[in-house]
Amino acid sequence: MSKHLIDFIGISKSYDSNLVLDDLNLYIRENEFLTLLGPSGCGKTTTLRLLGGFESPDKGQILFDGQDITALAANERKLNTVFQKYSLFPHMSIAENIAFGLKISKKSKAYIQDKIKYALKLVNLEGFENRSVDSLSGGQQQRIAIARAIVNEPKVLLLDEPLGALDLKLRQNMQYELIRLKEELGITFVYVTHDQEEALTMSDTIVVMNQGYIQQIGTPENIYNEPENAFVADFIGHSNIIDGTMIKDELVEILGARWACVDKGFGNNKPVDVVIRPEDVELVDPSEGTLQGEVTSLIFKGVHYELDVMAGGYEWLVHTTRFVPVGTKVGIKVIPFNIQIMHKPESSDEKAVEIDA
Amino acid sequence: MRKFKQQFLAGPYLIWIIGFILLPLIMILYYAFTNGDGSFTLSYITAIADETNRKAMGLSLRLGIICTIVCLVLSYPLAMILNNMKIKNQGLVVFIFMLPMWMNFMLRILAWKLLLSKNGVINSILTGFGLSRINIINTPTAVVLGMVYDFLPFMLLPIYNSMTRIRKDWIEAARDLGAGNVTIFLKIILPLTVSGIISGIVMVFVPSLTSFAISQVLGGGHVLLIGNVIEQDFMQGMQWNAGSGLSFVLMIFVIASMTIVNIFDKEGEGTSIC
Amino acid sequence: MLKKCASRIYMVLIFAFLYLPIIVLIALSFNDSRSKVKWGGFTLRWYTGCFQDEKIMTAFVTTLQVTFLSAIISTLIGTLAALGIAAMKKRHQTIYLGATNIPLLNADIVTGISMMLLFVKFIDLGFVTVLLAHITFSIPYVILNVLPKMKQTNRSTYEAALDLGATPLYAFYKVTWPEIRPGVFSGFMMAVTMSLDDFSITYFTKGAGVNTLSTMLYTELRKGIKPELYALSTILFFAVLLILLAGNVYPGKKRVAAK
Repeated sequence: MSKHLIDFIGISKSYDSNLVLDDLNLYIRENEFLTLLGPSGCGKTTTLRLLGGFESPDKGQILFDGQDITALAANERKLNTVFQKYSLFPHMSIAENIAFGLKISKKSKAYIQDKIKYALKLVNLEGFENRSVDSLSGGQQQRIAIARAIVNEPKVLLLDEPLGALDLKLRQNMQYELIRLKEELGITFVYVTHDQEEALTMSDTIVVMNQGYIQQIGTPENIYNEPENAFVADFIGHSNIIDGTMIKDELVEILGARWACVDKGFGNNKPVDVVIRPEDVELVDPSEGTLQGEVTSLIFKGVHYELDVMAGGYEWLVHTTRFVPVGTKVGIKVIPFNIQIMHKPESSDEKAVEIDA
Repeated sequence: MRKFKQQFLAGPYLIWIIGFILLPLIMILYYAFTNGDGSFTLSYITAIADETNRKAMGLSLRLGIICTIVCLVLSYPLAMILNNMKIKNQGLVVFIFMLPMWMNFMLRILAWKLLLSKNGVINSILTGFGLSRINIINTPTAVVLGMVYDFLPFMLLPIYNSMTRIRKDWIEAARDLGAGNVTIFLKIILPLTVSGIISGIVMVFVPSLTSFAISQVLGGGHVLLIGNVIEQDFMQGMQWNAGSGLSFVLMIFVIASMTIVNIFDKEGEGTSIC
Repeated sequence: MLKKCASRIYMVLIFAFLYLPIIVLIALSFNDSRSKVKWGGFTLRWYTGCFQDEKIMTAFVTTLQVTFLSAIISTLIGTLAALGIAAMKKRHQTIYLGATNIPLLNADIVTGISMMLLFVKFIDLGFVTVLLAHITFSIPYVILNVLPKMKQTNRSTYEAALDLGATPLYAFYKVTWPEIRPGVFSGFMMAVTMSLDDFSITYFTKGAGVNTLSTMLYTELRKGIKPELYALSTILFFAVLLILLAGNVYPGKKRVAAK
């Protein structure tokens, strides 16, 4: 494991008595692609702005390479930001935009010229030096914003929903470009997004946040397969999240039926949340299913069909490659390994993340 | 049926342009270039070189430039302060600074006369405290003061407007790239408010260069600007040809100054009002 | 926080500079003394006096007539012109806008004199010539307020209305008018403001006998100002303040309601 580059220690921040971050603790390793993921208002952008130096925390410390940078202004920090709205300077040419930071650090003319060329090549916009900002498309402006940041050779690049304003196709292309850039530059990326797909595609580490609290930190696989609570499960993918009761170890009751599972240690007769992914639901002959139900809707999604199955008084979301017409009576079966048991939220803070299953 | 010519709606205005904008200007040209008997002459144009006229023109230019610079120096920091204020109702604050403009023009000058005159308000207060009087009424200083007072909002408003258009994230981006306060001001704020400054300069310089009422009231006849010379030609001397000649020269100066100023305005929005 | 303090002081200083003359005028309007600066006690007699002074009242009425007539007519011509200009080719637009800029950028004294030279050829200077002059310098403000709104309106919505069977007039009333209305209104307000405030152009086009408040004050200045005029100016100042506040508050409320 590489060493910690950035540490947030007990950070709290509020705006007008509105608590945005509460006692946040987080570390970021060197050369990591870390994504802060969550719905709007979860505190992810505030976290990034605190790191960038655009806000200062009410409480706590931010360490960079072991040194306290909490009191440093944005222009004194060795990191650069790619802004959500690109924020290119409208009165400067592309080359002048890219050269902005280099001129401030008093680099030689030749060095600046080389850097501009190199950066434009890196973002696939060679020959754009003298274009005006207005003449560029959104995607191109975003690349220039990235170029403008990376020529300063920051140790960390902060990206605040940089792809939010782009259309789907462009967004997917840019995701691959960002991964490529990250590999070529070999620096740390801290990325903010509300798009779970983006997070899963690009990140080494995902930090899921909600209402100012970190909900889970882990690798994309980790977060996807083993969500720690109902909020993460719901936010990461469309899941079936059902109220259940843990009868005893390895046995859970949901929707009036008993299901074998692999989880232990929740105690006996304890209320829990049960997460079952749509692709993990098997549709079988009614007689073989743990629950019986009927298909109520069917949509073709390209790779698979998306079905709603009414069973046990709950509308199950099911992904299958089989064509099952509406009205078919089916049985529902899930293998024990695919039943994910989670604690019910206890504190009122966590309660706030209630979801309509 | 559907294709009714919308362009024709500008018809009345076209007549107005010809009748009340172009024709009057042609009248000035006619009088400026002819004698009383209708024959062509350049003598009313070259009359600007006469000593009185030349002095008046020189003084007008000087006071106009001083007034413009003072307005700029006063307005720019004020626009920045107003723009940085973290108040929800910024419009109201700006409104407070614009309100005096709605006091009648002549009353505003009159008020300054009351303030500045020998036995005026300011001198009464000064002598009340046993201080020496100020004696600036009927001097160019008083005229500049009156001009600055009258035209300050014309400088403040366009600069403030251009400043509100600077997005906060541009400033943040500059800071992120290592810029300190001075660099941010010189490289971001100043260039992005140039169009506002240009508008302000035009809107202050032209009326101050051509004013005659302010110099009449606050200069008490001792400060003779080119506007005063023209006014006297028309209203006292009935020398319409001479007055038109000087008016024509004044127009040339106005056009020239706007051209010079617009060269610095790359974006070409310098003459937009508000 | 030194910086904050300095900017506060700066604001207060400019504020004082701007309001000092107005405060003096208001104070003198209540001053029971013919002398300009000696305080002779509180009185309201200048206020009653100004309504009985025939000269002041005539000038006041003339000012209102010129202002509102010129504002209404220039709003009408200017709005029609903006509608027409918006439909023109780029080249024609440039010509029209160039002509529109002439009275805005030209010196008032030159505009006033040029119109005087024309008017005296045809009619005696008086109320009509002042009115014509005010309309002329007001139209550009209306056009510059309405035209940007015209550019924002989507022509296709107007065409959609026609397509759905609306007559052009009905489509204009239902589709275009609501979008340009704020521009027309602010254009009208600017025309009122400019007309009320004008001195130079009125001075040259008014001839003998007719006076607006501005020109009357100018001629009175030589004789010494009557205190009744301070009273009138105070009334005017607060009237304008009320109108502006009403105008500022109302659209704000509406915008909130729309959200």
